[in-house]
Amino acid sequence: MSCCGASPDYEEIDEVSRLVSAKLAAFLKTLRDNAYAVGLHEGRDAAALIAAGYAETPGLLRVAFKHLFSARKSDWDRFDGLFDAFWLGRRVKSRSITTGSAKPANNPSLKSLQDSQSERAGNEAATDQIPSADEAPGDRSGEGRMEGASRADNLAEVDFRKLADPDQIEQAHAAAARLARIMRTRLTRRDLARRRGYRLDLRRTIHSNISHGGVPISLVKRQRKEKPLRLIMLLDASGSMSMYTGVFLRFIHGVLDEFREAEAFLFHTRLAYVSDAMKEKDPARALDRLSIMAQGAGGGTRIGESLQTFNRWHAARVIHSRSCVMIVSDGYETGDAALLGREMAALARRCRRIVWLNPMMAWQGYAPEAAGIKAALPHIDLYAPANTLKSLAELEPYLADL
Amino acid sequence: MPGHDEKRNALPMKDRKEIAQALAASGYIADGELATAISLMALLRRPLLLEGEAGVGKTEVAKALAAAHATELIRLQCYEGLDQSSALYEWNYQRQLLAIQAHRGDKADAIEDQIFSEKYLLERPLLAAIRRDKPPVLLIDEIDRADDEFEAFLLELLSDFQVSIPELGTITAITIPHVILTSNGTRELSDALRRRCLYHYVDYPDVDREARIIMARIAGAGASLSLQIARLVESIRKEELRKVPGVAETLDWAAALVGLDVRDLHDSPEIVHETLMCLLKTHEDKSRVTREVTERLLGKVA
Repeated sequence: MSCCGASPDYEEIDEVSRLVSAKLAAFLKTLRDNAYAVGLHEGRDAAALIAAGYAETPGLLRVAFKHLFSARKSDWDRFDGLFDAFWLGRRVKSRSITTGSAKPANNPSLKSLQDSQSERAGNEAATDQIPSADEAPGDRSGEGRMEGASRADNLAEVDFRKLADPDQIEQAHAAAARLARIMRTRLTRRDLARRRGYRLDLRRTIHSNISHGGVPISLVKRQRKEKPLRLIMLLDASGSMSMYTGVFLRFIHGVLDEFREAEAFLFHTRLAYVSDAMKEKDPARALDRLSIMAQGAGGGTRIGESLQTFNRWHAARVIHSRSCVMIVSDGYETGDAALLGREMAALARRCRRIVWLNPMMAWQGYAPEAAGIKAALPHIDLYAPANTLKSLAELEPYLADL
Repeated sequence: MPGHDEKRNALPMKDRKEIAQALAASGYIADGELATAISLMALLRRPLLLEGEAGVGKTEVAKALAAAHATELIRLQCYEGLDQSSALYEWNYQRQLLAIQAHRGDKADAIEDQIFSEKYLLERPLLAAIRRDKPPVLLIDEIDRADDEFEAFLLELLSDFQVSIPELGTITAITIPHVILTSNGTRELSDALRRRCLYHYVDYPDVDREARIIMARIAGAGASLSLQIARLVESIRKEELRKVPGVAETLDWAAALVGLDVRDLHDSPEIVHETLMCLLKTHEDKSRVTREVTERLLGKVA
């Protein structure tokens, strides 16, 4: 302060702090864009750190912010690069950007936003509406692959339509119901007070027997708490799996109906959240919504990237401590197999069990040679063949053990 | 020292050095980042979440911090099914039953008031930590082993620092403890808990720091021997092992070598190979590191 000669007037200080807080807000936004969990409270603490003199040198501020904003090892490792890029203007070598690919397509709020925009435009020129409606699918196919997008219609017609066959739906539901029964509940080590139980709850017993002079007449016991198992299904809908997609879609339908808690995802080159669409009461509407989401199906498989999307956007919400993740895929990865390995490891840390059902395993002479399945194998708890509903039913005893 | 806290806020730089020195005095050699994290803990009043492989000295941080603050260390070891009665408080049933018998004939209300009073309350670690006159260090060890219900409960305690006991009412913290949580990453923690905490990833120490740790902990380990041990351990960690040796194992090994009167690793490769059992804890690793491998690794250590 003294080095400037005259002391700065208050307006100047205000101006400086305004600039700093604007820059800080921009930094917080950058962090949020990079999947850091940063809330208002963190912003306030960051400002407090700057005020407390931690901004003296960039190195000190970087370390202080790193502790404040990171929440896990991946955040921790990336932070220095992000910080340097933002505050010191250095290039980041590999900035991991994950797009929420499938999301805008089925996000109702975004959709309505588009609609309202086009409506406004429509008031001026009615023809505007048609190109704007065309634009949306164009955007989506740009994200995926051209050839995949063209085959999508075909797949939607052949396989998804068969969902309407009442006989097979019934079978699928029966299989799912059996599975739901055996996998339904898992005991936890957490106790609940109950009339009947295996252990006395002394505290409640004494409390309720004070009026008897402390003689324990009515006993309160503790019983293990049950927690429903949640099943999360990830179905590969790529070209190599097209023979089996129909079977498993029916099965997923049954699972969503029968399990108390279940979620379903479809993936090929991208990941799509399909639980809502498949829970639709009107089957025709459900099929329509599914076909829209199946855009890009039948092309290559990017299991690693799809799992990355899942881990980043969905995992925290859909996985709890009693979750079982069931991946149905042949393991033919067209993307980066190393990425698949990393994402499988991350998924394995989050959930209780991972089941990988591979239809190809039923073929004679099959060995897990594909790079994808090799990378994933170490993190899988049960790796089993399944290509028909019958083979699924045969898996019951193994699934029950999970 | 009444003026100490103000000084801490005004001069974070100096304070960080002080922290590192204080930790070193109690036998923990901290890197610069950890010292910053500990100064932030005091400034922002947030818990510190330490994550890292098993055996990198996460628990030691809490012990050293308690020694540096000259305060008590209260430790809560987490496990699946850990519940309020073993983490927070429990009533002393035996004494309650005795009291009920002794006051037989009194009014039920009076007895109830008496037996549900402070006198019959057993403090468990979490309650103890907020009722000390001098803020203790609360170590919540291996939080990833507890289940998510407990995590949610802990989150509430860590944000409000108050506990409500149905029979007694709300107990507010007398002092806010320094909270350190550790996790081995066996289970993903909830985002809410992670956001609440400062985060520090504890990695295996580099050669220089590990050598200093050995010198600080093992009396009789000279500078050159410590450096040799640290270098050899570093190269062993780079081998493909099932269980990578941690700092505690290094210290065991150093103690063994000092005890066997080894001054220089090159003088007695036999003893080096035979004492490697301090570092390698599985049969697979033991058979992987053969005599030849030991010699190759020793060759790299200057």
